[in-house]
Amino acid sequence: MKRQLNKLLMIIALLVSGTVGFPLQAAEPHSGYDYLTQSTREMQDDEFANPGMVEVEKGKRLFNRVGNNGKSCATCHGAEGEKLNTKNIAHYPVYNEEFKEPFTLQMQINLCWEDQLDEVPFIYDCVDLVALETFVRSRARGEKVNVDVSGPIKPYYDAGKELYNTRFGQVDVSCAHCHEMNAGKHLRGQVLSQGQTNGFPEYRLGSGRITSLHRRMTECFRSFRAEPFDLGSEEFINLEIYLNARGNGLKIETPAVRY
Amino acid sequence: MMKQLNYLPGLMLLLGFALPAVAVEPYYAWQVDEFAINQPLGGLQGDPARGKKVVIDKNRGNCLTCHAMPIPEEPFHGTIGPSLAGIASRLNEGQLRLRIVDEKQINPMTIMPGYYRDPKNFNLVLDEYSGKTFLTAQEVEDVVAYLMTLK
Repeated sequence: MKRQLNKLLMIIALLVSGTVGFPLQAAEPHSGYDYLTQSTREMQDDEFANPGMVEVEKGKRLFNRVGNNGKSCATCHGAEGEKLNTKNIAHYPVYNEEFKEPFTLQMQINLCWEDQLDEVPFIYDCVDLVALETFVRSRARGEKVNVDVSGPIKPYYDAGKELYNTRFGQVDVSCAHCHEMNAGKHLRGQVLSQGQTNGFPEYRLGSGRITSLHRRMTECFRSFRAEPFDLGSEEFINLEIYLNARGNGLKIETPAVRY
Repeated sequence: MMKQLNYLPGLMLLLGFALPAVAVEPYYAWQVDEFAINQPLGGLQGDPARGKKVVIDKNRGNCLTCHAMPIPEEPFHGTIGPSLAGIASRLNEGQLRLRIVDEKQINPMTIMPGYYRDPKNFNLVLDEYSGKTFLTAQEVEDVVAYLMTLK
């Protein structure tokens, strides 16, 4: 009897403390920007101080580079990308009806590169493609992320959500453990953010490099001693769909500055 | 023939010294009883001084990542888990051991890794950690011994 009472009290305590039993409420999305110090925010906001702008310039050069058939991205979209539809950029990933699969922004850029410029397509997430993605997404700075998951992309979004909540690796944690249940708390000297994606590709002060979303997820996986999925894999693309949609309403900050 | 085997005793001696150093610790099964593991893993004896080193070591216990502890010489203690100051006056040795070995036995939703779970239960582990527990049984016992000093 005493034993049963003990167990009952324990369960009640856990329920009350909210650590088990109730489905977690999705908190209002907060950009990683909200977790930065004032000086880092100023660095991101200042076009001349933001180190990610080097990548934007590199992407712009590629955007204006003439391909095998004499055309460049700029032929259709303008030298500064000014003819790009920024609302469309904020929709990615989208479902591509022709290919019958979800398309990330990188995939769309790569398809243009191959079809419109008659060029050899890039390997997914290679430096040049990330530079192009950084340039294109930076055109939509300030635009609100707006991924529509009601259509045929829904099953991929659901698969991404499931991965997000799956434990991986020897540390045996899911994305949600850090970025939903413990966002805002300190992991040693580091503050855990919500892991939002509105700033990608982003400049990382720690490594001094521009980092794509898939690269960042690879780092996360390794940190909990799990074998990462491949860059551009179905799993990472599904996660990207879920992550971007999870941040719907946040403003695009590419290239964001993060730690 | 004899000449060719001249090196054999030397080789055997070398192997004899080398083998204990590379021998892998077996995985000791453990048993939960009343929210505690009352028997030390493998019957091993813990050492609090070694345990403190494991607790701080970023590649081993790394407890400070999530927990504040009475170790003021180390900066930036985490705030994910509760403070462990005075933990030994709240939990006994067996209860502490279960929380280190596999906190999920108590709270299935926890972010805390199980430091001595059966490696078979992990999902997509990096090759270099495959088949290994997070801490060795000796390290777990050392950490338990250290935590027991935090009255």
